[in-house]
Amino acid sequence: MFKIVIDQQRCKSCGLCIEFCPKSVIETNPELNEAGFHAARIVSQDDCTGCGSCALMCPEACIEIYRVEVEAPANA
Amino acid sequence: MKKQRIAAGVQSLLTEEATCLATTEAREPIYTRPDSLTDTPMRFCPGCTHGIAHRLIAEVLDELGIKQRTVAIATVGCSVFAYEFFDTDAVQAAHGRGPAVATGIKRCEPDTIVFTYQGDGDLAAIGLAEVMHAAARAENFTVIFINNAVFGMTQGQMAPTTLMGQKTTTTPRGRSIEQGGFPLNVCELLAQIPGVAYLERGTMTSPKYVRQAKRSVKKAFQTQMDGLGFSLVELVSSCPTWWHMKPLEALKWIEEVMLEQYPLKVFVDKLEAGE
Repeated sequence: MFKIVIDQQRCKSCGLCIEFCPKSVIETNPELNEAGFHAARIVSQDDCTGCGSCALMCPEACIEIYRVEVEAPANA
Repeated sequence: MKKQRIAAGVQSLLTEEATCLATTEAREPIYTRPDSLTDTPMRFCPGCTHGIAHRLIAEVLDELGIKQRTVAIATVGCSVFAYEFFDTDAVQAAHGRGPAVATGIKRCEPDTIVFTYQGDGDLAAIGLAEVMHAAARAENFTVIFINNAVFGMTQGQMAPTTLMGQKTTTTPRGRSIEQGGFPLNVCELLAQIPGVAYLERGTMTSPKYVRQAKRSVKKAFQTQMDGLGFSLVELVSSCPTWWHMKPLEALKWIEEVMLEQYPLKVFVDKLEAGE
Protein backbone atom coordinates (compact mmCIF):
# COMPACT_ATOMS: atom_id res chain seq x y z
CA MET A 1 0.00 0.00 0.00
CA PHE A 2 0.99 3.64 -0.30
CA LYS A 3 1.38 6.28 2.35
CA ILE A 4 1.11 10.02 1.65
CA VAL A 5 2.65 12.41 4.15
CA ILE A 6 1.51 16.05 3.91
CA ASP A 7 3.49 18.62 5.89
CA GLN A 8 0.61 20.34 7.70
CA GLN A 9 2.61 23.45 8.55
CA ARG A 10 3.89 24.12 5.00
CA CYS A 11 0.55 23.61 3.20
CA LYS A 12 -1.19 26.81 2.04
CA SER A 13 -4.55 25.26 1.19
CA CYS A 14 -4.44 25.95 -2.58
CA GLY A 15 -6.42 22.74 -3.13
CA LEU A 16 -4.56 21.58 -6.26
CA CYS A 17 -3.72 18.15 -4.75
CA ILE A 18 -7.38 17.66 -3.80
CA GLU A 19 -8.53 18.58 -7.32
CA PHE A 20 -6.01 16.44 -9.21
CA CYS A 21 -6.27 13.30 -7.03
CA PRO A 22 -8.04 10.69 -9.21
CA LYS A 23 -9.14 8.70 -6.13
CA SER A 24 -10.23 11.63 -3.92
CA VAL A 25 -8.14 10.52 -0.97
CA ILE A 26 -7.27 14.07 0.13
CA GLU A 27 -9.54 16.65 1.79
CA THR A 28 -9.23 20.01 3.55
CA ASN A 29 -8.48 19.92 7.25
CA PRO A 30 -11.14 21.98 9.10
CA GLU A 31 -8.55 23.00 11.68
CA LEU A 32 -6.10 25.81 10.95
CA ASN A 33 -2.34 25.30 10.86
CA GLU A 34 0.19 27.71 12.42
CA ALA A 35 0.15 29.97 9.36
CA GLY A 36 -3.67 30.15 9.42
CA PHE A 37 -4.43 27.87 6.46
CA HIS A 38 -6.77 24.89 6.25
CA ALA A 39 -4.11 22.37 5.25
CA ALA A 40 -4.82 19.32 3.08
CA ARG A 41 -5.04 15.98 4.87
CA ILE A 42 -5.61 12.34 3.98
CA VAL A 43 -9.12 10.88 4.26
CA SER A 44 -8.81 7.37 2.91
CA GLN A 45 -5.20 6.23 2.85
CA ASP A 46 -6.14 2.71 1.68
CA ASP A 47 -7.56 3.98 -1.65
CA CYS A 48 -4.27 5.67 -2.65
CA THR A 49 -2.67 4.13 -5.74
CA GLY A 50 0.61 6.05 -5.40
CA CYS A 51 0.18 7.81 -8.77
CA GLY A 52 1.92 10.91 -7.43
CA SER A 53 -0.42 13.48 -9.04
CA CYS A 54 -0.77 15.33 -5.72
CA ALA A 55 3.00 15.63 -5.28
CA LEU A 56 3.40 16.71 -8.94
CA MET A 57 0.92 19.56 -8.53
CA CYS A 58 1.98 20.69 -5.03
CA PRO A 59 3.58 24.18 -5.29
CA GLU A 60 4.98 23.92 -1.76
CA ALA A 61 6.74 20.55 -2.33
CA CYS A 62 5.25 19.44 0.99
CA ILE A 63 3.80 16.06 -0.11
CA GLU A 64 5.89 12.91 0.18
CA ILE A 65 4.82 9.44 -0.99
CA TYR A 66 6.08 6.10 0.32
CA ARG A 67 5.40 2.49 -0.58
CA VAL A 68 4.71 0.62 2.66
CA GLU A 69 5.14 -3.15 2.88
CA VAL A 70 2.34 -4.52 5.03
CA GLU A 71 2.81 -8.02 6.43
CA ALA A 72 -0.33 -10.12 6.85
CA PRO A 73 -1.07 -10.83 10.55
CA ALA A 74 0.01 -14.37 11.51
CA ASN A 75 -3.29 -15.39 13.15
CA ALA A 76 -5.66 -13.78 10.63
CA MET B 1 -9.10 -12.58 36.71
CA LYS B 2 -10.67 -9.56 34.98
CA LYS B 3 -7.56 -7.52 35.66
CA GLN B 4 -5.42 -10.21 34.08
CA ARG B 5 -7.59 -10.23 30.97
CA ILE B 6 -7.34 -6.44 30.65
CA ALA B 7 -3.58 -6.63 31.12
CA ALA B 8 -3.35 -9.29 28.37
CA GLY B 9 -5.49 -7.11 26.09
CA VAL B 10 -3.30 -4.08 26.69
CA GLN B 11 -0.23 -6.22 26.05
CA SER B 12 -1.57 -7.48 22.70
CA LEU B 13 -2.50 -3.94 21.67
CA LEU B 14 1.00 -2.79 22.50
CA THR B 15 2.61 -5.54 20.43
CA GLU B 16 0.23 -4.75 17.55
CA GLU B 17 1.25 -1.10 17.68
CA ALA B 18 4.91 -2.09 17.78
CA THR B 19 4.55 -4.20 14.61
CA CYS B 20 2.63 -1.35 12.93
CA LEU B 21 5.49 1.03 13.72
CA ALA B 22 8.02 -1.51 12.51
CA THR B 23 6.22 -1.92 9.18
CA THR B 24 5.86 1.85 8.71
CA GLU B 25 9.59 2.26 9.17
CA ALA B 26 10.27 -0.26 6.39
CA ARG B 27 8.92 2.07 3.74
CA GLU B 28 10.36 2.82 0.35
CA PRO B 29 10.19 6.47 -0.77
CA ILE B 30 8.45 7.02 -4.12
CA TYR B 31 8.51 10.78 -4.03
CA THR B 32 10.28 13.03 -1.52
CA ARG B 33 11.19 16.71 -1.36
CA PRO B 34 14.20 17.28 -3.69
CA ASP B 35 17.62 17.81 -2.03
CA SER B 36 18.29 20.92 -4.10
CA LEU B 37 15.51 22.80 -2.27
CA THR B 38 16.31 24.28 1.14
CA ASP B 39 13.99 23.78 4.11
CA THR B 40 12.77 27.39 3.87
CA PRO B 41 9.00 27.45 3.30
CA MET B 42 8.05 28.98 -0.09
CA ARG B 43 7.00 32.62 0.29
CA PHE B 44 4.74 32.60 -2.77
CA CYS B 45 0.94 33.09 -2.61
CA PRO B 46 -1.20 29.91 -2.27
CA GLY B 47 -1.49 28.07 -5.59
CA CYS B 48 1.22 30.08 -7.38
CA THR B 49 3.00 27.91 -9.94
CA HIS B 50 6.38 29.50 -9.08
CA GLY B 51 6.55 26.77 -6.43
CA ILE B 52 6.05 24.00 -9.01
CA ALA B 53 8.72 25.54 -11.26
CA HIS B 54 11.18 25.71 -8.33
CA ARG B 55 10.49 22.08 -7.49
CA LEU B 56 10.99 20.93 -11.10
CA ILE B 57 14.35 22.73 -11.38
CA ALA B 58 15.46 21.23 -8.04
CA GLU B 59 14.43 17.73 -9.18
CA VAL B 60 16.39 18.17 -12.42
CA LEU B 61 19.50 19.39 -10.53
CA ASP B 62 19.22 16.29 -8.31
CA GLU B 63 18.76 13.90 -11.23
CA LEU B 64 21.67 15.30 -13.23
CA GLY B 65 23.84 15.42 -10.08
CA ILE B 66 24.98 19.00 -10.71
CA LYS B 67 23.79 20.70 -7.51
CA GLN B 68 27.33 21.23 -6.20
CA ARG B 69 28.51 23.13 -9.27
CA THR B 70 25.36 25.11 -10.05
CA VAL B 71 25.02 28.88 -9.69
CA ALA B 72 21.49 30.29 -9.69
CA ILE B 73 20.92 33.88 -10.78
CA ALA B 74 17.98 35.39 -8.93
CA THR B 75 16.43 38.42 -10.59
CA VAL B 76 13.89 41.04 -9.59
CA GLY B 77 10.22 40.23 -9.10
CA CYS B 78 8.58 37.38 -7.21
CA SER B 79 11.48 35.31 -8.59
CA VAL B 80 13.89 37.24 -6.33
CA PHE B 81 13.63 34.70 -3.51
CA ALA B 82 15.24 31.98 -5.65
CA TYR B 83 18.47 32.34 -3.65
CA GLU B 84 16.61 31.37 -0.47
CA PHE B 85 14.92 28.31 -1.95
CA PHE B 86 17.63 26.68 -4.10
CA ASP B 87 20.34 24.92 -2.12
CA THR B 88 22.98 26.09 -4.62
CA ASP B 89 25.27 29.10 -4.93
CA ALA B 90 23.35 32.16 -6.04
CA VAL B 91 23.85 35.73 -7.21
CA GLN B 92 21.19 38.42 -7.09
CA ALA B 93 21.24 40.42 -10.32
CA ALA B 94 19.89 43.92 -10.97
CA HIS B 95 16.47 44.21 -12.64
CA GLY B 96 16.58 42.42 -16.01
CA ARG B 97 20.35 41.90 -15.92
CA GLY B 98 20.26 38.17 -15.09
CA PRO B 99 21.65 37.05 -18.50
CA ALA B 100 24.50 39.62 -18.27
CA VAL B 101 25.54 38.37 -14.80
CA ALA B 102 25.19 34.75 -15.98
CA THR B 103 27.44 35.52 -18.96
CA GLY B 104 30.16 36.82 -16.62
CA ILE B 105 30.01 33.80 -14.32
CA LYS B 106 29.89 31.25 -17.13
CA ARG B 107 32.85 32.85 -18.96
CA CYS B 108 34.96 33.01 -15.78
CA GLU B 109 34.07 29.51 -14.60
CA PRO B 110 33.09 27.43 -17.66
CA ASP B 111 32.67 24.28 -15.53
CA THR B 112 29.80 25.71 -13.49
CA ILE B 113 26.20 25.19 -14.50
CA VAL B 114 24.57 28.62 -14.59
CA PHE B 115 20.87 29.32 -14.82
CA THR B 116 18.77 32.45 -14.42
CA TYR B 117 15.25 32.37 -13.04
CA GLN B 118 13.31 35.31 -14.47
CA GLY B 119 9.74 36.50 -14.58
CA ASP B 120 8.09 38.22 -17.54
CA GLY B 121 8.38 41.69 -16.01
CA ASP B 122 12.09 41.12 -15.65
CA LEU B 123 12.94 39.27 -18.87
CA ALA B 124 10.40 40.66 -21.35
CA ALA B 125 10.32 44.30 -20.17
CA ILE B 126 13.51 45.81 -18.73
CA GLY B 127 15.72 42.81 -19.53
CA LEU B 128 14.72 42.12 -23.15
CA ALA B 129 17.99 43.48 -24.55
CA GLU B 130 20.12 41.35 -22.19
CA VAL B 131 18.39 38.08 -23.08
CA MET B 132 18.40 38.84 -26.82
CA HIS B 133 22.12 39.61 -26.87
CA ALA B 134 22.99 36.64 -24.67
CA ALA B 135 21.14 34.45 -27.19
CA ALA B 136 22.83 36.17 -30.13
CA ARG B 137 26.25 35.54 -28.54
CA ALA B 138 25.24 31.88 -28.05
CA GLU B 139 26.16 32.10 -24.35
CA ASN B 140 26.14 28.65 -22.82
CA PHE B 141 23.69 29.00 -19.93
CA THR B 142 20.04 28.27 -19.20
CA VAL B 143 17.18 30.70 -18.68
CA ILE B 144 13.97 29.64 -16.94
CA PHE B 145 11.36 32.20 -17.97
CA ILE B 146 8.17 32.37 -15.90
CA ASN B 147 5.42 34.07 -17.92
CA ASN B 148 2.35 34.97 -15.86
CA ALA B 149 1.24 38.03 -17.86
CA VAL B 150 1.47 40.53 -14.96
CA PHE B 151 4.02 42.20 -12.70
CA GLY B 152 3.22 40.05 -9.66
CA MET B 153 5.43 41.49 -6.92
CA THR B 154 4.54 45.15 -7.52
CA GLN B 155 0.80 44.46 -7.29
CA GLY B 156 -0.29 43.30 -10.71
CA GLN B 157 0.51 46.03 -13.25
CA MET B 158 0.44 45.42 -17.01
CA ALA B 159 3.48 43.54 -18.33
CA PRO B 160 4.62 43.27 -21.99
CA THR B 161 3.10 39.78 -21.98
CA THR B 162 -0.35 40.88 -20.72
CA LEU B 163 -3.07 39.61 -23.07
CA MET B 164 -5.31 41.90 -25.14
CA GLY B 165 -8.30 42.93 -23.04
CA GLN B 166 -6.79 41.58 -19.80
CA LYS B 167 -7.60 43.68 -16.75
CA THR B 168 -4.65 44.66 -14.54
CA THR B 169 -4.10 47.47 -12.03
CA THR B 170 -2.79 49.79 -14.77
CA THR B 171 -5.30 48.64 -17.43
CA PRO B 172 -8.57 48.65 -15.43
CA ARG B 173 -10.68 48.50 -18.62
CA GLY B 174 -8.51 45.82 -20.20
CA ARG B 175 -5.35 46.16 -22.32
CA SER B 176 -6.01 48.11 -25.51
CA ILE B 177 -3.87 48.77 -28.59
CA GLU B 178 -3.99 52.56 -28.03
CA GLN B 179 -2.78 52.35 -24.46
CA GLY B 180 -0.59 49.26 -24.17
CA GLY B 181 0.01 47.89 -27.66
CA PHE B 182 0.27 44.18 -28.39
CA PRO B 183 1.54 41.33 -26.21
CA LEU B 184 5.13 40.18 -26.76
CA ASN B 185 5.90 36.53 -27.56
CA VAL B 186 9.47 36.10 -26.36
CA CYS B 187 9.97 32.54 -27.64
CA GLU B 188 8.90 33.49 -31.17
CA LEU B 189 11.40 36.36 -31.12
CA LEU B 190 14.26 34.18 -29.87
CA ALA B 191 13.49 31.34 -32.28
CA GLN B 192 15.02 33.34 -35.15
CA ILE B 193 18.41 33.72 -33.45
CA PRO B 194 20.94 31.06 -34.56
CA GLY B 195 22.74 31.04 -31.18
CA VAL B 196 19.74 29.44 -29.47
CA ALA B 197 20.23 25.70 -28.91
CA TYR B 198 17.12 24.80 -26.96
CA LEU B 199 13.85 26.72 -26.81
CA GLU B 200 10.53 25.39 -25.57
CA ARG B 201 7.32 26.75 -24.12
CA GLY B 202 5.56 24.64 -21.49
CA THR B 203 3.02 25.09 -18.75
CA MET B 204 2.13 23.52 -15.39
CA THR B 205 -1.65 23.31 -15.37
CA SER B 206 -2.06 19.55 -14.93
CA PRO B 207 0.11 16.53 -14.00
CA LYS B 208 0.62 15.82 -17.72
CA TYR B 209 1.95 19.31 -18.45
CA VAL B 210 4.06 19.30 -15.26
CA ARG B 211 5.79 16.12 -16.47
CA GLN B 212 6.35 17.72 -19.90
CA ALA B 213 7.70 20.89 -18.27
CA LYS B 214 10.15 18.85 -16.22
CA ARG B 215 11.34 17.07 -19.36
CA SER B 216 11.95 20.40 -21.09
CA VAL B 217 13.82 21.87 -18.07
CA LYS B 218 16.00 18.75 -18.00
CA LYS B 219 16.73 19.04 -21.72
CA ALA B 220 17.66 22.70 -21.31
CA PHE B 221 20.20 21.84 -18.60
CA GLN B 222 21.48 18.91 -20.69
CA THR B 223 21.98 21.32 -23.62
CA GLN B 224 24.14 23.49 -21.37
CA MET B 225 26.13 20.52 -20.06
CA ASP B 226 26.82 19.43 -23.64
CA GLY B 227 27.98 22.98 -24.44
CA LEU B 228 25.56 23.44 -27.34
CA GLY B 229 24.63 27.07 -26.60
CA PHE B 230 21.87 29.21 -25.19
CA SER B 231 18.82 27.41 -23.77
CA LEU B 232 15.54 28.91 -22.57
CA VAL B 233 12.37 27.33 -21.25
CA GLU B 234 9.29 29.53 -21.01
CA LEU B 235 6.77 28.27 -18.45
CA VAL B 236 3.29 29.78 -18.77
CA SER B 237 2.38 30.31 -15.12
CA SER B 238 -0.50 31.53 -13.00
CA CYS B 239 -0.81 34.52 -10.69
CA PRO B 240 -4.02 33.77 -8.76
CA THR B 241 -3.63 36.86 -6.56
CA TRP B 242 -3.39 39.50 -9.32
CA TRP B 243 -5.68 37.71 -11.75
CA HIS B 244 -8.18 37.75 -8.84
CA MET B 245 -8.93 34.05 -9.28
CA LYS B 246 -8.81 30.93 -7.16
CA PRO B 247 -5.75 28.70 -7.84
CA LEU B 248 -7.76 26.16 -9.84
CA GLU B 249 -9.65 28.83 -11.84
CA ALA B 250 -6.29 30.40 -12.71
CA LEU B 251 -5.01 27.09 -14.12
CA LYS B 252 -8.21 26.71 -16.20
CA TRP B 253 -7.81 30.29 -17.47
CA ILE B 254 -4.28 29.47 -18.65
CA GLU B 255 -5.54 26.45 -20.60
CA GLU B 256 -8.57 28.21 -22.10
CA VAL B 257 -7.29 31.75 -22.75
CA MET B 258 -3.56 32.16 -22.28
CA LEU B 259 -2.39 29.19 -24.35
CA GLU B 260 -4.10 30.71 -27.42
CA GLN B 261 -1.68 33.63 -27.28
CA TYR B 262 1.23 31.48 -26.05
CA PRO B 263 0.89 28.05 -27.71
CA LEU B 264 2.96 25.16 -26.30
CA LYS B 265 5.73 24.29 -28.72
CA VAL B 266 9.32 23.15 -29.06
CA PHE B 267 10.88 25.94 -31.11
CA VAL B 268 14.52 24.84 -31.26
CA ASP B 269 16.03 21.54 -30.11
CA LYS B 270 19.66 21.02 -31.17
CA LEU B 271 19.98 18.29 -28.49
CA GLU B 272 17.51 16.06 -30.34
CA ALA B 273 18.95 17.04 -33.71
CA GLY B 274 22.37 15.83 -32.49
CA GLU B 275 24.22 18.95 -33.58
